[in-house]
Amino acid sequence: MSRVVVVGAGIVGASCAYYAARAEWDVVVVERAQVASGTTSRGEGNLLVSDKGAGPELDLMRLSRRLWLELGDELGRDALELDEKGGLVVASTAAGLAALTAFAEGQRRAGVVADAVGDLGSVEPHIADGLAGGMFYPEDLQVQPVLAAQTLLDAAGARGAELVRGAEVLGFAAGAGADRRVGRPLGLALADGSTLEADAVVNAAGPWAGLLGDGLTAPVPVLPRRGFVLVTEPVGPMVRHKVYAADYVAAVASGEAGLQTSCVVEGTRGGTVLIGASRERVGFDDTLDPVVVRRLASAACAVFPFLREVSLLRTYRGFRPYCPDHLPVIGPDPRVPGLVHAVGHEGAGIGLAPATGHLVTAMISGALRSRRDPHSPDILDGVDARAFAPERFAAAALP
Amino acid sequence: MTGTELGFELDGEPIAFRAGQSVGAALVASGRLSWRTTRVEGRPRGIFCGIGICFDCLVVVDGRPNQRACLVAARDGMRVATQTGTGWTP
Repeated sequence: MSRVVVVGAGIVGASCAYYAARAEWDVVVVERAQVASGTTSRGEGNLLVSDKGAGPELDLMRLSRRLWLELGDELGRDALELDEKGGLVVASTAAGLAALTAFAEGQRRAGVVADAVGDLGSVEPHIADGLAGGMFYPEDLQVQPVLAAQTLLDAAGARGAELVRGAEVLGFAAGAGADRRVGRPLGLALADGSTLEADAVVNAAGPWAGLLGDGLTAPVPVLPRRGFVLVTEPVGPMVRHKVYAADYVAAVASGEAGLQTSCVVEGTRGGTVLIGASRERVGFDDTLDPVVVRRLASAACAVFPFLREVSLLRTYRGFRPYCPDHLPVIGPDPRVPGLVHAVGHEGAGIGLAPATGHLVTAMISGALRSRRDPHSPDILDGVDARAFAPERFAAAALP
Repeated sequence: MTGTELGFELDGEPIAFRAGQSVGAALVASGRLSWRTTRVEGRPRGIFCGIGICFDCLVVVDGRPNQRACLVAARDGMRVATQTGTGWTP
């Protein structure tokens, strides 16, 4: 049995471990800290088709959505807190609504269900009056990401996968980096001085993937993009769906380093309301910024006026793995045979995790874009993996 | 320390307190151990951490739910109510 070492026990690493274990790989997950202790525990757990325009990321998300529902059947929906809650995108102006309508038309042609909503109050009873309109996306899902990551790792463990916590991969062991021929095991150097041999290595290090890539002589241009989430006191089912402003899509697509905020509001099973979303590239600085908190709170109150009377319990923040072209990097590294990247999902990593794990497993198994077999296909389950290949940075960032 | 005439109401019942006491401390001093029920299973809750972290001791203060009894300073004449569910009515 061949061994794959997955670096990172976030949702992407957990998914890679699960699908690889199911494909009878000998799986070792190496995690620097704890399960889901990075980006996975700092988001909201959205599995959105609604914010993705027609293109490769939407194809990947549509596959991932099917896989999440399958995982719900296999592992139990409660073990993931999988909820078919649906998403409501709202526009405050007629121009915003026209842009949203055009965006949704492109999505429909790609197979997405998007229903125009004239009376927003019929979908969200506590939403503000006076908004221009919106679009309902019944296919948007939610999971509890920390629970989902642990559940996937447990399921991988039941198939023999091993999880090593508190272990950091620094790079290749001395000598192992000099002669990396196809078919030879890769020797990984861990921070405690030990070496771990692997036939395949998956970089699932989230926003730290760039640093790990450097250590593995395979740089990828992944940078941290900070985001805040506000948590209210429990108010019960006042917000029924994921509700966000139409300008969110533009904020996600922006490459701006400075602060971008857009209004994202949703209720949770526990009764709290989560409020996002901010984006800014400030390195790994996790200072609490009250300006961001105020902007997010005020935008949320404009969409849900009842929130003016609701207190915040806390805020949290974390770092999304940002890639300059807003597409994940999923594929074999052209410089290091045996190394596969599964990184750069920015804010969509929870949603895209199962499809990522599925593709990565196909790649290391030679069924998709394998370095071991250059004649393997590029397309799997409706996803053209070439869009995510690390080679696309060849001119810019790859040496 | 001597008692004073200060008091607030809990669900209409008078609760005496000393100046500077929190609502939670006054409730415990009155012999009460729980004054809230949990959202899902309706289990009793009162003071647990006592320092504002655990959100177990929630009460409705002058109509506002989810106030931490351990942090709210008791005021003469305030109206405190036990909380069930989230304290909010959709």
